[in-house]
Amino acid sequence: MADHEALDSADTRHFALEAREVTKRFSGVLANDRVSFAVAPGEVHALLGENGAGKSTLMNILYGLYTPDEGEILVGGEPARFGNPSDAIARGIGMVHQHFMLIPPLTVTENIMLGNESRRGRLLDRATAAARITELSRRYGLDVDPQATVADLSVGAQQRVEILKAFYRDARVLILDEPTAVLTPQEADDLFAIMRGLRAEGKSLIFITHKLREVLAIADRITVLRGGRVVGQARAADVTEHDLARLMVGRSVALYERDGTAGGAGPSEAGPVEEGAVAVALGLSEVAPEHAVAPPAATAAAPLLRVEGLTVRAIGGTDRPALDAVSFTIAPGEIFGIAGVEGNGQTELAAALTGLRRADGDYAWLGDREITGRAPRELIAAGVAHIPEDRQKDGLVLPYSIGDNLVLSTYRQSPFARGILLRIGPIRDFARRLIDAFDIRAGRGGADLPAGNLSGGNQQKVIIARELSRPIRFLVAAQPTRGLDVGSIEFIHAQLVAQRAEGRAILLISAELDELLALADRIGVLYRGRLVATLPRAEATWERLGLLMAGGE
Amino acid sequence: MTGQATTAGDGPARQLWPLARRAGQAALVPALAIFTALILGAILIWLTTGSLATALAAYGGLWEGALGSPRALAGTLVRSTPYIFTGLAVALAFKCGLFNIGAEGQLALGAVCAAWVGYRFQMPGLLHVPLTILAGIAGGFLWGMVPGILKARTGAHEVITTIMMNYLALQIVQILLSGPLKDPRSVASQTPALAPTSWLPMLIPSLQLHSGVLLAVLVAIAVWWFLGRTIWGFELRTVGVNPAAARYAGMSVARNVVGAMALSGALAGLAGVVEVAGVALDVTTVTPTGNRYFGLGFSSGYGFDSIAVALLGRGNPFGVIGAALLFGGLRAGATRMQFNTQVPGEIISVIQALILLLIAADVIVRRLYRLRAATADEAQPALTSGWGEKVA
Repeated sequence: MADHEALDSADTRHFALEAREVTKRFSGVLANDRVSFAVAPGEVHALLGENGAGKSTLMNILYGLYTPDEGEILVGGEPARFGNPSDAIARGIGMVHQHFMLIPPLTVTENIMLGNESRRGRLLDRATAAARITELSRRYGLDVDPQATVADLSVGAQQRVEILKAFYRDARVLILDEPTAVLTPQEADDLFAIMRGLRAEGKSLIFITHKLREVLAIADRITVLRGGRVVGQARAADVTEHDLARLMVGRSVALYERDGTAGGAGPSEAGPVEEGAVAVALGLSEVAPEHAVAPPAATAAAPLLRVEGLTVRAIGGTDRPALDAVSFTIAPGEIFGIAGVEGNGQTELAAALTGLRRADGDYAWLGDREITGRAPRELIAAGVAHIPEDRQKDGLVLPYSIGDNLVLSTYRQSPFARGILLRIGPIRDFARRLIDAFDIRAGRGGADLPAGNLSGGNQQKVIIARELSRPIRFLVAAQPTRGLDVGSIEFIHAQLVAQRAEGRAILLISAELDELLALADRIGVLYRGRLVATLPRAEATWERLGLLMAGGE
Repeated sequence: MTGQATTAGDGPARQLWPLARRAGQAALVPALAIFTALILGAILIWLTTGSLATALAAYGGLWEGALGSPRALAGTLVRSTPYIFTGLAVALAFKCGLFNIGAEGQLALGAVCAAWVGYRFQMPGLLHVPLTILAGIAGGFLWGMVPGILKARTGAHEVITTIMMNYLALQIVQILLSGPLKDPRSVASQTPALAPTSWLPMLIPSLQLHSGVLLAVLVAIAVWWFLGRTIWGFELRTVGVNPAAARYAGMSVARNVVGAMALSGALAGLAGVVEVAGVALDVTTVTPTGNRYFGLGFSSGYGFDSIAVALLGRGNPFGVIGAALLFGGLRAGATRMQFNTQVPGEIISVIQALILLLIAADVIVRRLYRLRAATADEAQPALTSGWGEKVA
């Protein structure tokens, strides 16, 4: 195969970019421990690991944002020292961040020129730059209109602009940080096609991800990081998803593979490795056994949540509402999934149902109670729980202690308050109990540790502990596992399944189709604010959902 | 990562030590900023007078005027009192994420209300003093509430509205003092003298030290208690740190914004009370107790300096007391300094400005003294996986 020839020849040549025994400490903690890693010209090298495994630290070292404490970096075989990203860019290293670094009101050309302007005297030379961009986009198959305003572009197109930006600066090595997180499955396929084209051009690509499926689809070689160390390095052809999962987590994980195309099939021969384990979204389609065999709950029973024609106006006065006459019901003990590319109304749906955004009219009922237009405090009292999409912005007060965060919506109630006085003792006791029950890794700080010092997975556990520790009837879980490590995902899925068994109505909004396919009883697809389809899980497949998410039929 | 136990003991000593250390760390940069500002001030005096001795003598005078005698100390305390109140006002609003630039106007409104109750009514002191205080609180409360309502209802930025309302307040006070509230027996624009029953009791009459300073310390403790120990303080702080999360948790951002501005105004109003009902004016040998009234010459500046006091005190009620004592001491000592050395008292304003500058741009102080950057910890990525233990 072509990739293999490229690899073999690369072994005798210099690597495009190499890290040798790189060590980086933060306050004495090893973020990278003698990490060695190299990417050859014409190679796609995947860097796999859970959150906190040291991927970002390594990338930030390679991109000049951090300097390593020990070890060295070589570019084309020569030692390099990066004081800042400009040094790295000058040596031909480009990076596409997970959150794009683009300025929305400017055009594609202006964004790409930024910081590297072509000039004619004191004036910007847009024409020359645009011509060069057109040439680059043709050469690498990066289809973008240089005159378009970035704000008008789709997420996929914005990503192509980011890639062009790197090559406009003559990048030979391109670091892609979780590039598929924001894409539909089809858009991800387009990206992989582009990546293959770049590989054929002799570019080196470093592909950071935690999705095993993608790694095996595109990478030539794979390096797995765990706890700041390289725990495995292999050719993609030589490993299976199970091998990689085990390396990433450091123990066996219960993977329940489902036929990737048909969907709906029960767990395959890969039985549960651990008692009571739940499906893990590792980029595979997995189903929890106890869930898969569970009867489709009380779907026949009267719905607990009823939404009829829910409409939310968009901010910014566009004609199209952010949420357009959406109707669905959720029965007690049912998980209703919402699929969709980000920005198609999911945020507004969650906000409208939890009182954070005003809906136009009375369109949602919880039991017999109409809940639209109610203040969040009333809804909390009525038994609505919310795992918010943006946990750091909405879900937590980062400088507050874990204890204060755990009583964020119940601080007025006994035993946390007596009259107007907060009672520190009971709050701390409560926090200690939940830290134990939900396995929140707070270290020595315990209940008093600021939530901001926790890892992402533990922050999410704090939110889940808070929301599930009071009597609730209806749970809105928006992107509950985004960006989390496998262990936390496993835990959170178990909690959702447990809540389902308790008879709660659950609205699960997720960008991960795997997660929806594994957990939801029915899946609705949001596209441009409309619920374009609702499929029972048995009829939902990757392909069908993907097409619906992209606006197809 | 150490192998220490994950649960910390609850012994009081273990609780106190980190507390003290944190207080020490919090005070470090302000202390160094003050020190640096004083050195720069000395250099400035040296350069302008051409004599290092003058600079040293000026600081000697400053010390003498602020702390050199019981009388000087009393003067410092009296001048610090309104600073404590206005500093608390700014600090409290800041805890709710609001910048109250309107303490000056709120102070003036509080003063005019207190003065009116003080001269207009006759009643026993046991009733008159609390009523006078309450009137000042009410004046500041209502005046501070307005920008709060404007912000909650229309989104108007409180910095702009409070600045504008300072001008409004000062004009209103001028109209009142030269018209409806004017003392008919005086040529000056001032209220009639307050009834002695409304005066704040004296702590040490011979030194003109009134009980306002005690009130200020009590109020500082109350503010600390309110913010840290009550459900309202919890809400207010939550709105200040993260309004999105506050809303998510069912708190009303609008109500807290209005409440915080009103309470902030009330604290500034108290500064007006102590200035009107506490500070003795026209003290002569014939009238050793002096008079109490509110006159147009009353352009305090306490409100404007309060932002610096709150910043220097790091928004902490006890830090504010410390900062207020410094500013009060500088004010009190300036006269003696000018008298001793002819160095203009305005140099005090320069020193205050330098302190504020160094606090605001604390990077300068940190570089100068090779301190670890404040954000070093936050700038780091999350260092643990979901299964690890976060080590600070």
